[in-house]
Amino acid sequence: MEKKKGWKDIPLGGLITEAGNADEYETGSWRTFKPVLDQEACNNCLICWIFCPDTSVLVEDEKIVGFDYVHCKGCGICAAECPKKAIEMVLDEEK
Amino acid sequence: MTTLKELSRREERFTGGHRLCSGCGAAIVARQVLLAADGPVVIGNATGCLEVGTTIYPYTSWKVPWIHNAFENVAATMSGVETAYRVFKDRGKLDKDFHFVAFGGDGGTYDIGLQALSGMLERGHKMLYVCYDNQAYMNTGIQRSSATPKGASTTTAPHGKLIPGKIHRRKDLTAIVAAHHIPYVAQAAPHAFMDLMRKVEKALAADGPSFINILAPCHRGWRHGPEETLEVSRIATNTCFWPLYEVVDDKWKLNYKPRKKLPVEEWMKFQGRFAHLFDGDGHPELVAEIQADVDREWEDLLIRCGELPPRECREEEAKK
Amino acid sequence: MVKTSVSQIKMPLTGNDAGAYAMKQVNPDVVAAYPITPQTELMQTFAQYVHDGDVDTALITVESEHSAMSACIGAAAAGARTMTATSANGFALMWEVLYIAASLRLPITMAVVNRALSGPINIHCDHSDSMGARDAGWIQMYAENSQEAYDLWLIGIKAAENHDVLLPAMIMYDGFIISHTMEVVETLPDDAVKDYVGPYKPAYAMLLDEKPFTVGPLDFHDYYFEHKRQEIEGMEHAPAALAAAATEYEKLSGRHYGPVETYRADDADVIMVALGSTAGTARYVVDVLRDQGKSVGLMKLRNFRPFPHAEVADALGKTKCVVVCDRVASFGAFGSPTFMELRSALYEVPERPPVINYIYGLGGRDTGPDLLEQAFEEGLRVARTGKIEQHVSYLGVR
Repeated sequence: MEKKKGWKDIPLGGLITEAGNADEYETGSWRTFKPVLDQEACNNCLICWIFCPDTSVLVEDEKIVGFDYVHCKGCGICAAECPKKAIEMVLDEEK
Repeated sequence: MTTLKELSRREERFTGGHRLCSGCGAAIVARQVLLAADGPVVIGNATGCLEVGTTIYPYTSWKVPWIHNAFENVAATMSGVETAYRVFKDRGKLDKDFHFVAFGGDGGTYDIGLQALSGMLERGHKMLYVCYDNQAYMNTGIQRSSATPKGASTTTAPHGKLIPGKIHRRKDLTAIVAAHHIPYVAQAAPHAFMDLMRKVEKALAADGPSFINILAPCHRGWRHGPEETLEVSRIATNTCFWPLYEVVDDKWKLNYKPRKKLPVEEWMKFQGRFAHLFDGDGHPELVAEIQADVDREWEDLLIRCGELPPRECREEEAKK
Repeated sequence: MVKTSVSQIKMPLTGNDAGAYAMKQVNPDVVAAYPITPQTELMQTFAQYVHDGDVDTALITVESEHSAMSACIGAAAAGARTMTATSANGFALMWEVLYIAASLRLPITMAVVNRALSGPINIHCDHSDSMGARDAGWIQMYAENSQEAYDLWLIGIKAAENHDVLLPAMIMYDGFIISHTMEVVETLPDDAVKDYVGPYKPAYAMLLDEKPFTVGPLDFHDYYFEHKRQEIEGMEHAPAALAAAATEYEKLSGRHYGPVETYRADDADVIMVALGSTAGTARYVVDVLRDQGKSVGLMKLRNFRPFPHAEVADALGKTKCVVVCDRVASFGAFGSPTFMELRSALYEVPERPPVINYIYGLGGRDTGPDLLEQAFEEGLRVARTGKIEQHVSYLGVR
């Protein structure tokens, strides 16, 4: 367990100076199901990407390349909204 | 208007790792707004789900300057930030251009934040206020707000043996804001993402205050599956409960008319918070009242947008 | 008499005029304010400066005092030097945000034109407003007259902006008695004020800093205490910052501003303690009684936060009776705020004097020399007999 910093070692006024450091916080442990992409069925419409609440659909060069399993909470929105049914929610065995 | 593909090349300034619920509508709204806001932006956030869920010390999901002050004052706080910006520009202290966006939930906007919002609008600050409307005080446990729909069960207006949930009709905040005669007002929903993001672009380009009221389904409070967040948003629009429209320089414009207007009970039956209206004997009279309200408001909107002649004219025509 | 390095200009100014003039010379980036009696003329005068182009401050005429302080916070967090003013219920309305301004370490400065808190509603002077927020984390200084209203605001800015402090500061002056009374005020020339306060160097500025950051996150029980401890530390540095700011100010003005100010108290058997304009009345009564051969003196308490416990103990430690006059009551407490804090400061003094308390002047009840004389007389009786009959009394109530 990470030792928490004392009052002399944290920024003044409650500021969080590392913008976007929530990235270091793992929310992937929340999920029961995880999305799995059928790359062949995917037409890169990017609808899953624009609907993901957790910025966990990975896009490179305008193409879906996978999911950020460190953060994905398994809500299932991507699978439910995919017009090509290219995403399947499967039980996450590791959790 | 920027395409999804072009948008996907923009930097994601709202990171994963926040503690909002799985499937949270507010998170989707925040992400879409931030993606559409091209360029440097300062965010103000009222106390509520979005603020709490994204900035639990020492973590923050925001890769932009972001300030939270208190519950009722994001509009006032951002008025201060925007004014400082103008002063810095006037005094030659700042070269960079910024957009200013305030986020408030329905609680922090329709209710406790209404005064500060109204003041900000009247004073003409050049900033966008986004209300993410999840129709109750969700962060504190699903208590009713003035945005809660009639008939919904919330923890402070629950369906009980005597009273079937919220008995009051919800406020039309978008119209209240439009009455301030600001350059740009709109209503949007996250399922219609291109419309939403286009509206954000238009709002930020307006020469003065702008406001977008965005439906943000909350599956915890509304009682539906987390994967159904966008579907419930879609049905809300297709029942005309949550129409999509804009008011540009006081001119009302409808953005979407459903091909087939669904009865509002199709939206309500989707959600557990309305289940008591249909279970057993249910409350058919209340359901009818709710449908009548939706119909009347939809008709009024069509008239305002020039899609229908005024009621009196149609009545005259009918008499002939 | 210290030789002053600048030549000052004598002006006839009410307390409100003096405050507005100080604001004008500082020419802050942003002011956000809402009207309330008896602050109103301060902001009206300043608004005229803005509309005449005498300052290039952006004035936000907000829709409530809660929004005034909220807008100040937004502007200050953005990197702006920010000022405001209020009174009584307006002050009470911003109570929540006062705490937030201090916790965000924003050196906003504010004039509080002392007026009684409702209810009943009353527009006249007492100290219930500012005293009510003594735990909010703000530096608090009480001005006796228009001169001090002007001087202390400038000193307050300097101390607040000190990077060891970074806490907001409020300067009080009595509603109507000082705010609306014209007195001769010596003002510094514009460039002297500009140089004294200096260009604003914020500790953080959302609009000016290179990298983005988050202001006002949620703390759970694992960090709140640490953030508050930091804030306490800021206030611990305030006495030194105030002293340094006052020393520099003295070089310019010739006026010395310590946390307390004694008058004929060194050998006095009875010392009265008072804040604000009543100190002026008390000074007059001290002279009258001294002429009668009575051994009395005055300690004016100027700085209330941080509370100058060492200076208080030093000034009052050897007297035979302290008479604390406070223009505020604290319901259910053993005495008024100044009485309680002062007794605490005297607790470990080897032969601590008896302390009696007079609550006076609530709701603007006029408290003239005859009433203060009564208080002094009781003090003298206590000094003679060593016996307190009643710790807390009320001066001037029917």
